[in-house]
Amino acid sequence: MVAIRYETPRSVSEAVRLMAADPGARVLAGGTDLLVQFRTGVRQPSAFVDIKRIPELMSIAIDAHGLRLGAATPAAVIGEHAELRRLWPGLAESVRLIGSTQIQGRGSVGGNLCNASPAADTTCALIVNRAECVIAGPNGERTVPVEAFSIAPGRTVLQPGELLVAIRVPRPAARTSDAYLRLIPRTEMDIAVAGAAASVTLDAAGLCTTARVAIGAVAPTALRVPAAEQALVGSRLDEASLKRAADAASAAARPIDDKRGTTAYRRTVAGVLTRRAAAIAAARAREQGSHP
Amino acid sequence: MTAPRDFKYVGTRPIRHDGVDKVTGRASYGADAAWPGMLHGFVLRSPHAHARIVSIDTGAAEAVPGVHAVITGKDLPETTATIALGEAAIDLRDIGDNVLAKTKTLYHGHAVAAVAATTIDIAREAAAAIEVVYDVLEPVTGIDRALGAGAPILHPALVTKGAAGPDAGGPTNIASRMELKRGDVDAGFAEADLVVEREFRTPMVHQGYIEPHACIARCGEDGRAVVWCTTQGPFVVRDACAAIVGLDPANVKVVPSEIGGGFGGKIVVYLEPLALALARKARRPVKIVMGRDDVFRATGPTSGSKVRVKLGAKRDGTIVAASASLWYEAGAYAGSPVGAGAMCMLAAYKVPNFFIEAYDVVVNKPKVAAYRAPGSPIAAFAVESVVDEIARELKIDPIELRLMNANAEGDRAPYGPKYGPIGLAQILEAARAHPHWRAPLGANQGRGFAVGFWFNAGMNSSATVTLNSDGSAAVVTGNPDIGGTRAAQAMMAAEELGIPVERVRSNVGDTDGSGFTDVTGGSRVCYATGMAVIRAAEDAREQLRARAATIWNVSKDAVGWENGRAIPPAGTEKASPMTVAELTAKMTQTGGPIVGRASLYAPMAGPAFGAHICDLEVDPETGRSRIVRYTAFQDVGKAVHPSYVEGQMQGGVAQGIGWALNEEYIYSADGVMENAGFLDYRMPVASDLPMIETVIVEVANPLHPYGVRGVGEVPIVPPLAAVANAMRDATGIRFTELPLSPPRVLEAIEAAAAVPVEA
Amino acid sequence: MSKLHIETTINREPAEFLCEPHETVLSALRNGLGLTGTKEGCATGDCGACSILLDGRLVPACLVLAPEAQGRTITTIEGLSRGDALHPLQQKFLEHAALQCGICTPGFIVAAKALLDATPEPSEEETRYWLAGNLCRCTGYDKIVRAVLDAASEMKGSAA
Repeated sequence: MVAIRYETPRSVSEAVRLMAADPGARVLAGGTDLLVQFRTGVRQPSAFVDIKRIPELMSIAIDAHGLRLGAATPAAVIGEHAELRRLWPGLAESVRLIGSTQIQGRGSVGGNLCNASPAADTTCALIVNRAECVIAGPNGERTVPVEAFSIAPGRTVLQPGELLVAIRVPRPAARTSDAYLRLIPRTEMDIAVAGAAASVTLDAAGLCTTARVAIGAVAPTALRVPAAEQALVGSRLDEASLKRAADAASAAARPIDDKRGTTAYRRTVAGVLTRRAAAIAAARAREQGSHP
Repeated sequence: MTAPRDFKYVGTRPIRHDGVDKVTGRASYGADAAWPGMLHGFVLRSPHAHARIVSIDTGAAEAVPGVHAVITGKDLPETTATIALGEAAIDLRDIGDNVLAKTKTLYHGHAVAAVAATTIDIAREAAAAIEVVYDVLEPVTGIDRALGAGAPILHPALVTKGAAGPDAGGPTNIASRMELKRGDVDAGFAEADLVVEREFRTPMVHQGYIEPHACIARCGEDGRAVVWCTTQGPFVVRDACAAIVGLDPANVKVVPSEIGGGFGGKIVVYLEPLALALARKARRPVKIVMGRDDVFRATGPTSGSKVRVKLGAKRDGTIVAASASLWYEAGAYAGSPVGAGAMCMLAAYKVPNFFIEAYDVVVNKPKVAAYRAPGSPIAAFAVESVVDEIARELKIDPIELRLMNANAEGDRAPYGPKYGPIGLAQILEAARAHPHWRAPLGANQGRGFAVGFWFNAGMNSSATVTLNSDGSAAVVTGNPDIGGTRAAQAMMAAEELGIPVERVRSNVGDTDGSGFTDVTGGSRVCYATGMAVIRAAEDAREQLRARAATIWNVSKDAVGWENGRAIPPAGTEKASPMTVAELTAKMTQTGGPIVGRASLYAPMAGPAFGAHICDLEVDPETGRSRIVRYTAFQDVGKAVHPSYVEGQMQGGVAQGIGWALNEEYIYSADGVMENAGFLDYRMPVASDLPMIETVIVEVANPLHPYGVRGVGEVPIVPPLAAVANAMRDATGIRFTELPLSPPRVLEAIEAAAAVPVEA
Repeated sequence: MSKLHIETTINREPAEFLCEPHETVLSALRNGLGLTGTKEGCATGDCGACSILLDGRLVPACLVLAPEAQGRTITTIEGLSRGDALHPLQQKFLEHAALQCGICTPGFIVAAKALLDATPEPSEEETRYWLAGNLCRCTGYDKIVRAVLDAASEMKGSAA
């Protein structure tokens, strides 16, 4: 039997050293994906590098520039952060949707991104909020936009020895808000069959000046949908423009048939969720406008 | 008729006797035992749905340090034994082959070898070193393929049993065919003003008990063996293990652990013979715990099905004819519950003319096991959907239509006997009178109604009631307590003895410590074993009367019994009534210990009906639905502990809703199960369901001294149709295939929108 | 391969155990420490039967490595009652008949404790969503939800 090591680095540099020294090592954050994969024989790491004893990976900081979210911070901790929920309600919703209360106690946004499932709940919400991944490695730190982080199901841009340490999200402009919705057959505990996030910025007159739309579980990676964004920008986010955005999202979807849903179903629902998420984001942005 | 009786304990809600152990984590379940010197077992399973085993080389596995035993199908004798289950018999040849494949693997997950080692990691590693050469065959993945031209044949020697149909003769995947008929079905349909025919399909679904199968076994040099396991039937495990492993049943003791749910799925053996065979080979105790994936792949779910139903009715709503064909998947070996489905499907209705044919079909999926009212929910889904269509077509209230056609006492059941007192009309009337039936519905909401039936079982039961010198009592039966039966049995003993229910200890015995008792199943424990407890308590009471007679020096016949006290005959000098405690204090002086005992065979039980009202709301843009209100009505005969009766009803409803909305076995084209886990086998979670209202109706069952009927199985029968009928009401679409998952519902909504509605 | 020595606090008492580096806390509790009240229903975090509190936070013990417990505080079902007194949730589960087979019960009670610690007066909906990660196949959840809500109101009453 191959012995598996358990390591608890106390700093990012120590973690990077451990990861660089052993290509078979895997980062252990919440373990809600990794330990299941280990248990079912999908992954057989030579070492678990538990990064949860590194303080900066377990922290939430919000300042004038925005949010810096430690990659291993458990979802439940994020959900309890009132300021984060106020500034990015859609992002907070997407985090809250990861698994059960128990999973929330372990699972992290960093883990959600590194698992690189096209159905990951946080990815779309991060993309529409212009989030970046802060990556540490043997050659120092680099940043990658979230939409470029995953390159295929289960694969990311992380190179050997590299580690996702934080997610940075710029502070939203005035009259900006977001929303994330997913479709699951039950009310909880399922993987998204389709998901959609939207972030919109309104001007003082209520016209949409900027919009970002992303859809999940309908392609090998989460997709930004520029055509849907264009359908929203310049509009009052009325039914007609929302419908155009929905159609654009459905058109952009490139889903597969699998045990969780059919191609046709995912395509349709990606549109429905895009319309609904954009409407919620718009309502939230208007609410901000009325209560500055 | 049972005389009305004033009960002191029956009908109350005491705290269950095993409750504190279960809320504190002290209760010991299948996987909770550890024995000194114990090894850990791991089972190697087939990755193929259908394959011939060419060879198995266990050499590398046996060479792994820490491995103590490896077994394959060759280590188990081929048995032709059968074991009795009530009046039925379980053929152990198939069970033995299912436990460990001998020449062919017949489903993805079929066990091919097992290893015992000092740690589970070593056992797993060694199992991976076993080299199995398979000759992979085309799998039979469903009923249509099984019956189609050129279908692969699972069992070359299989011959269709029963009433031969048109397709008998030659190699076949049809294990049996039965017919059920009455009257002249052609004449009946000729009489009908309206004929509705539909074909329905349901997928294979699992009981979904939360506790995986687990056991620990040891076997001495003298062949004496002990098996600790989570089971509904310790005596079944004893006899099956002995036959499959090749031991004398007299040498096998089975100790049932607490059981973490079964619903019928923990009656047959899976791991126990393997643990026992490994323990015999290693001369060490062996523990095996199943993983959740193997529970799904390799234990016994219930059948996937195809059911065609045709009903004919007069304009006034009278049902005059019915015909039906049922095909149920048996899984890898014969034995689906299709016969029960055929017998239950028209149980609620007076139908003068019917013809039903039922096919048991083998496919390359796990061998099905009992699941709560086996066969009946599938058949009720079909019939109750068609009855709903008739009510709509004829514009008759669905409850009214059912009342109009309802069977009553004295009517002959479609499956043969005449009904005694049954509560069908009473539950229908209770439903009609309930505010739920008239409550307004919101947008995108619909309401469905359906009824369901189950025979309930009697069978063999034994009980002892031992009195202690302080006047307390201990009850022992052989039925594992799967949901409160200890409490119910204690209540019955307390009722008969007149002692407080808290002073009765209620125990589950092992196969040496209790008289023979059939399984915890068939909704029979509170009924049949309860009856044994009542009789054993009566026996103890009679002995108490005799002791009082001795003390008073009178004849026993002269001693009365009231409110837990022996009453001296009038005029007896210096004698005053004696309590149980006063009598038991003198046991030694009056003849020694008092043990009341009873054993019985109950050939019949009180059949029961349930009626359900379901409100559902659908999101027309996504096809996603949720249950917004649900009320279940049931004739329970007599509720011994009403809280646990309600709990059975609520639990059955929840399982039925899961079956209707989201649960299904998903197989790839090559027969590999793709959703063998709780993530993608979607059972209802707490946020999926509303409170489930229950209405208990009590129409006494004359076969039981208190009027008890079985309760546990009936409530899973109506929900499939109740939900589908609600979906029909909400969307205007008749769904004939389960589950009503969002993609299926949305597809139908979009298809309906694309077709202009006919006037 | 050598085992790791872990020092932790379990149910208010210091505890130590040896474990494999890849062993789970669930395995260490059940096999190493004999605390079998925490159950394994799936080992993939989907059923909630192994719910424990780790530093007060609800987690699935099947998805926590045993060595992660070093220096942490664990509460299991065995730690809820005090002396002769059941926790109010345990008492209410009994009174409401909120268990049938009982295998999911420890996980539900631990999860419900975490709920009431965080939200002393939960609504029915909050309760249902909080407990969505705890599967029960026997009860249909009705009596469980009622027991939790009743315990909440009783605990509020006794705290006042």
